Amino acid sequence: MTVERSDGALVIEDVSLALRVGEVMGIVGESGSGKSTLALALLGYARRGLRIAHGSVRVAETDMLQLDKAELRAARREVVAYVAQDPGAALNPMLSLETLLTEVLAGNRTEKNARAREILRKVGLPDDNSFLQRKPRQLSGGQQQRIAIAMAVIAKPRLIILDEPTTGLDVSTRARVLDLIRQLCISDSLTAIYVSHDLAVIANVADHVTVMYGGQVVEQGCMQDVLSAPRHPYTRALFDAVPSIQARQALRPIHGRVPGVGEGPSGCIFSDRCEYVVEECSVRPALNLAGNTLVRCVRPEPVQTFGARSVAVGHPACRPTETRPILEARSIDAFYGNRQILFDVGLKVEPGRCLAVVGESGSGKSTLSRCLIGLHGNVTGQLTLDGRPLPLTVGLRDQNARLRLQYIFQNSNASLNPRRTVGASLAAALDIGRGTTPKRSGTVVAKALERVGISPDLATRYPAELSGGQRQRVAIARALVAEPSVLLCDEVTSSLDVSVQASVIELLRSLLDDGLGMLFVTHDLAVVRNIADSVVVLSAGRIVECGDIDTVLSSPRHPYTQSLLTNMLQLPSADAGQEASVATML
Amino acid sequence: MELTVVLRRRFRPRPVGWWRLWASVQVRWGVVLLVAMTALIAIGPLLAPYDPAAPVGRPYVSPSADAWLGTDNLGRDVLSRVLCGGVYLAWMAPISALLSVTIGTAIALVAAYRGGWVDLALMRSLDVLLAFPGVLLTLLCVSVFGPQPLLLVGLIVLTLMPGVARVIRGAALPLLNREYVLWAKAVGTPGLVIILRELLPNVSSPLLVELGLRLSWSVGILSSMSFIGYGIQPPAADWGLMVSENGSGLGAQPFAALAPIVMIVFYTIGGSLIAEGAARVIARTEGKA
Repeated sequence: MTVERSDGALVIEDVSLALRVGEVMGIVGESGSGKSTLALALLGYARRGLRIAHGSVRVAETDMLQLDKAELRAARREVVAYVAQDPGAALNPMLSLETLLTEVLAGNRTEKNARAREILRKVGLPDDNSFLQRKPRQLSGGQQQRIAIAMAVIAKPRLIILDEPTTGLDVSTRARVLDLIRQLCISDSLTAIYVSHDLAVIANVADHVTVMYGGQVVEQGCMQDVLSAPRHPYTRALFDAVPSIQARQALRPIHGRVPGVGEGPSGCIFSDRCEYVVEECSVRPALNLAGNTLVRCVRPEPVQTFGARSVAVGHPACRPTETRPILEARSIDAFYGNRQILFDVGLKVEPGRCLAVVGESGSGKSTLSRCLIGLHGNVTGQLTLDGRPLPLTVGLRDQNARLRLQYIFQNSNASLNPRRTVGASLAAALDIGRGTTPKRSGTVVAKALERVGISPDLATRYPAELSGGQRQRVAIARALVAEPSVLLCDEVTSSLDVSVQASVIELLRSLLDDGLGMLFVTHDLAVVRNIADSVVVLSAGRIVECGDIDTVLSSPRHPYTQSLLTNMLQLPSADAGQEASVATML
Repeated sequence: MELTVVLRRRFRPRPVGWWRLWASVQVRWGVVLLVAMTALIAIGPLLAPYDPAAPVGRPYVSPSADAWLGTDNLGRDVLSRVLCGGVYLAWMAPISALLSVTIGTAIALVAAYRGGWVDLALMRSLDVLLAFPGVLLTLLCVSVFGPQPLLLVGLIVLTLMPGVARVIRGAALPLLNREYVLWAKAVGTPGLVIILRELLPNVSSPLLVELGLRLSWSVGILSSMSFIGYGIQPPAADWGLMVSENGSGLGAQPFAALAPIVMIVFYTIGGSLIAEGAARVIARTEGKA
């Protein structure tokens, strides 16, 4: 199948998938690789400005691309169903669950109602009348996603397409939703296509995997085979970029960025970012069968055989401990209106060390970081910076204190003013309080950009012209020009692809080596393992566990930490997979 | 000998600043239209074949070789009056639009940034203005002080400004929770700098739309004022006034009323096209990151 833009640029090129009943196919790739376009194309749908140029989608004897409009509508109900990423936006907030669920069913009300209850039981939700009358906004994110899945499977389709269904969910909720999908595939003989950027999720849910890059399939095969012996350099690189919860490793980012539509090198689409590029790569390779997997590479042997395989170099977790913390918080209580969000929270940030604050959504971890920076108004407690008391709101702090604490935001899209060039944003940061000459500011800006690995030439560009990873680096550079002593990082990597996340984590590690103190707020324990020296676990606004990173992650005491750890999805380690495959060969 | 040529897509800098706007077809047409209209208004009096205030023949004569658009209710040449009749509009409308948008935006941004009682006081006083019918106010003031051009401009600004302020405040409020504004607050940037550097550039697309819209509205209000006799006074040549003078003769000599209407329409469309096109360009290139 091929999808092209109206001007003829290819968005997806020549993709083929084949699945048997009951199997799950994972589609994985960085953002911009064409995963979602493919998922929609399988429904016979193309976004405005795109069209499906040629190909066929055959689901259980129905060719989706040969149907007329009415038939297509019916097929999207009875043959293929779609679950979107954000259930909050996919469910009409004004309709009751009963209406939502029975919308696609025929028959009288009792029958429809009975079917709705059945499906609710199946997805593990209550099936009583009061629940059926609820509106989506009265449900939690995980419940909403279950409803979205229930809506998709209620008409008993043959194929269900899930587009990043667990991306916005907490780890424990995610684990439950994944269980549900696996169960449904077995009990309803449902075939599923699971689109995700998260390799760990795909590895846990899928039987087969398709790795996409720049609108092409670069590798396709059985999950086990691909996992144990990735053959395409891109697949290998993706695996290398995933942080592990077991051990601190050197993460290997993929340099450069995903090519846009109609861009990219004329030969192998990955050749400009590939570490193993050779001369033959200037001709586009075909998708060849190698072993049991299909690979689009001129050398389809397992990647590690023709290059030094990435070695997980241990990154030292222990740095010389300074006895004096830079930033210290004691008995912080924070409120939203009358509701108390944080209860008696205390922590210490030491120079050259990273303190991670871990918790699920709603645990108050973002509120905590906003209290520290002084942007949360309704808060009590004591803060000290370098032993001197620090006022709780930013307006009362002196300029030096403001500059020494720098905040980096989760959403890299919004952390830079879109109407200002990168250079101007950085220069403004430099100008505040300190005052400077244009010439000096130019040098400082260039130096800061170089420190975060961004070419100073990009200073004249607008944030919209940069990739997500580049924007996040610029945000870090902007914090650095103020010469801070503490960086407060609020989920800085959660909106980034793994390949980019790896590079940001490596950057933050190098900043720690420079002696900065860091507070790292996140929900991802694997990231915590790879950057933090000590950790604080927040649950419902209270610290339930804190201590050294190794102690907490390897022998958690509090049940909440334990549940976080057990629900963490991990990429099965490549070595274990290899041993298994060796065993089967024997 | 072997030669390997590596072709890479060169980075071509996108046009920045005002040049971006010129890339839009809508903006180009709008600018062409406005420039043409302004030029016509400026040099019109020189081109006019007759004195716009003096009768040249019988009333309501149909177009002829002598008078290309015929004559009006008093026997004056319609072409000459159309060519001379845009002067008031040409300076009063843009000034009213600019002033109302500037003052409205200033009030809106201060209200949005400061919040609390400042916001409450500013916006409620604007609500009072909004609730008071603009036409009534204008009629009242013109009756008391006489139809002076500057008074008219002031009244139009007063009428349009609350609407502008509402829209811009609405656009600015969500920006206050954006990370770059929070960051600016966290490092202690002065309020005025935040308003000018962080907020103002990011409301520029609704701002441009407002500017175009209010230009059209000012033209409309000015023409209506002339039409009901509370604006520019006869015997001066003015498009709105001409419509009113010759409205009753629409059956006998339609050009006398239609020609000024067409001119007003062109002038309005020019402003709207620029506003609309500019808003689109900005939304496309910068709006979504």
